[in-house]
Amino acid sequence: MTLKKHISVSKQIFIPIAALVLLAVFNLLVDPAFFKISLGHNSAGDPVLTGYLMTILDYGSEVAILAIGMTLVTAASGGQDISVGAAVAIAGSVILRILVGIGGDGSLRAPIFVGFLAACVVSMLFGAFNGMLVAVFKIQPMVATLILYTAGRSIAAWINNNELPIVTDKSFTYFGGFIPGIPIPTPFFLAVVCIVAALLALKFTNLGLYTQAVGINASSSRLNGINPVFIKWLSFVLLGLCVAVVGLIKTSRLSSINYSVIAKDIEMDAILAVALGGNALSGGKFNIMASIMGAYVIQFLTTTLYKFNVSSDALPAYKAVVVILLVVISSPTVKDKLIGLQKRMKQQKGGGQS
Amino acid sequence: MTKAQTAKSGPASAKTKMTDTNLLLLITVIVFIIMYAGAMLFLKKGFLKPQTFLNILNANSALIITSCGMSIVMITGGIDISVGGVVALVSMSCAVYLDYQGGSVFGSLLIALGIGLAFGAVQGFLVAYLDIQPFIVSLAGMFFARGMTTIVHTAPFNVANEAFVALKGARILIPGLGTVTKAGKYVDAYVVLGVPVALLIVVLLFLVLRFTKLGRSFYAVGGNRQSALMLGINVKRTRFLAHLLCGLLAGIGGYVYFLYVGSGSASHAGGMEMNAIASSIIGGTLLSGGVGNIFGTFVGVLSLNTIQNIVSSIGLDDAWWTGITVAGMLCVFLIIQSVLLARKR
Repeated sequence: MTLKKHISVSKQIFIPIAALVLLAVFNLLVDPAFFKISLGHNSAGDPVLTGYLMTILDYGSEVAILAIGMTLVTAASGGQDISVGAAVAIAGSVILRILVGIGGDGSLRAPIFVGFLAACVVSMLFGAFNGMLVAVFKIQPMVATLILYTAGRSIAAWINNNELPIVTDKSFTYFGGFIPGIPIPTPFFLAVVCIVAALLALKFTNLGLYTQAVGINASSSRLNGINPVFIKWLSFVLLGLCVAVVGLIKTSRLSSINYSVIAKDIEMDAILAVALGGNALSGGKFNIMASIMGAYVIQFLTTTLYKFNVSSDALPAYKAVVVILLVVISSPTVKDKLIGLQKRMKQQKGGGQS
Repeated sequence: MTKAQTAKSGPASAKTKMTDTNLLLLITVIVFIIMYAGAMLFLKKGFLKPQTFLNILNANSALIITSCGMSIVMITGGIDISVGGVVALVSMSCAVYLDYQGGSVFGSLLIALGIGLAFGAVQGFLVAYLDIQPFIVSLAGMFFARGMTTIVHTAPFNVANEAFVALKGARILIPGLGTVTKAGKYVDAYVVLGVPVALLIVVLLFLVLRFTKLGRSFYAVGGNRQSALMLGINVKRTRFLAHLLCGLLAGIGGYVYFLYVGSGSASHAGGMEMNAIASSIIGGTLLSGGVGNIFGTFVGVLSLNTIQNIVSSIGLDDAWWTGITVAGMLCVFLIIQSVLLARKR
């Protein structure tokens, strides 16, 4: 039993790794300079590592953080949250509202930590709202989150009265850039913190087990004493926490915010990461590490496409093709067909030998 | 009236569902009438002019058409969020064809229908025959359409093709509903060409859903896929046809939209899928499938736009209020639906 489980898990993480190897080989053949990492200095004179791989590590971390929450939501509710991009805009807006405020001069009015905490609370509240619609009112997750997807960016603009506060304080740029003296982008460390926290939570609590149980069969898990409403709701609240972290990174990168563009289409990347990680999009079993791996693979793909001068507006078209290919390959119908084909070939082979 | 009709003609097993349809439709119609009457009483300004109402139709004929497609897919238990992207892609492709390729208006119409059918066919195949979640399929469809739009042409531009501009400017005057301007001149009320197209589609689909075998099988598949299968309905083909129809309607809606705005842009029809879903839900189409009414969807579009007009005319005309209003209304109606469903269980 444990052996079987072990094999299935390693198989799951095999998908993103295979995709990663494929992409890496492709880049290696086309242009080996893709893998070059050089030590440079940023505008502040601090040593930083630059190169395509560093970009992947940097921007992939945002998706990885969201992928943690998205995996839990997917596993528990059997649907995805499509409002994360809009929610990141809200979180970022809250941070800027607390730190600079309307009509502020750019200096910090409150410690960054306070701004971040406020963003956490607000994001978790919005997560709780989504979770309530899904868990209590039993609305399909994607349609329930459609509400925030529609209203989110408007709410974000409203929080700051449609102004674009700019933070001039240097220390705020650390979260989305580099901490002086450390040449590795900070978002990577934030991602590591989130990942470790998530893994510890899964290891030492029943969260993972309960989530899977609810995702596989909500009514039978209820009969076993698990509260499926609470578990589903909790997964959305936890996703809210992930959203707040990404909101901090995103606003820190710009030291400001652009309501209509910030974290645009990031929900697509996060869902794609979950799918690429081999997790069933219809809920149930999940593997957080595979999702995180998937997130970095997505960023690898994005960076590769950027390198070939694909404009950021045209990018979704290519990603959409990848998504469709992924879901087609992993769809049960095609799987059955493939297995049938394999069997037939084996039979033919056997027939030929005898 | 319709209640009595359906109660008589509908099979006994479908009775409770039919009541749900009518109840949801009734709520929508009442909400719409109260809103519009309230606006007429308290906000006088424009709401008393018939042209204000006709302008809602003018500006939203494309939304009405795409919402009808959305409703059909939702009745079969699916969803299609690619319609906004398809509309943008149709506008851009037709614009490029007319201005850069020297194409004819008829040719551009064929392009619009072709794009719509292609999206409908591919998504329908993936959803119906490969059994992939409709949301994921159409999410990818939406991103693909949006991406393709910028690949076709990046910068937005206005179409200068003469035949097209003439068609775009065509007005159908409605005598008797005109108003007298401040200068004392009588101005006839008018609608653009898209409005009769939209109304025709609403009536046609209403009849198809109510009286044809295909229409009834949409409801059957959405209501309970397993029993539909037992009844001998080809479930896969029905779901495929629903998506195909939705794609086709998105294509037609795209052309009507293009006719209204007369330009191609990657940012066209942003959020139209949201509005189409919201209209369908407000119009009484259940997300879980099996329940819905095209006439309700039509009223849903009108309600959605009336409330937006009201919100902007009471002074909340900042851009963000539109998004928040639509979301708020969607939320309220979703919760009504959920409560209704829970009661039924």
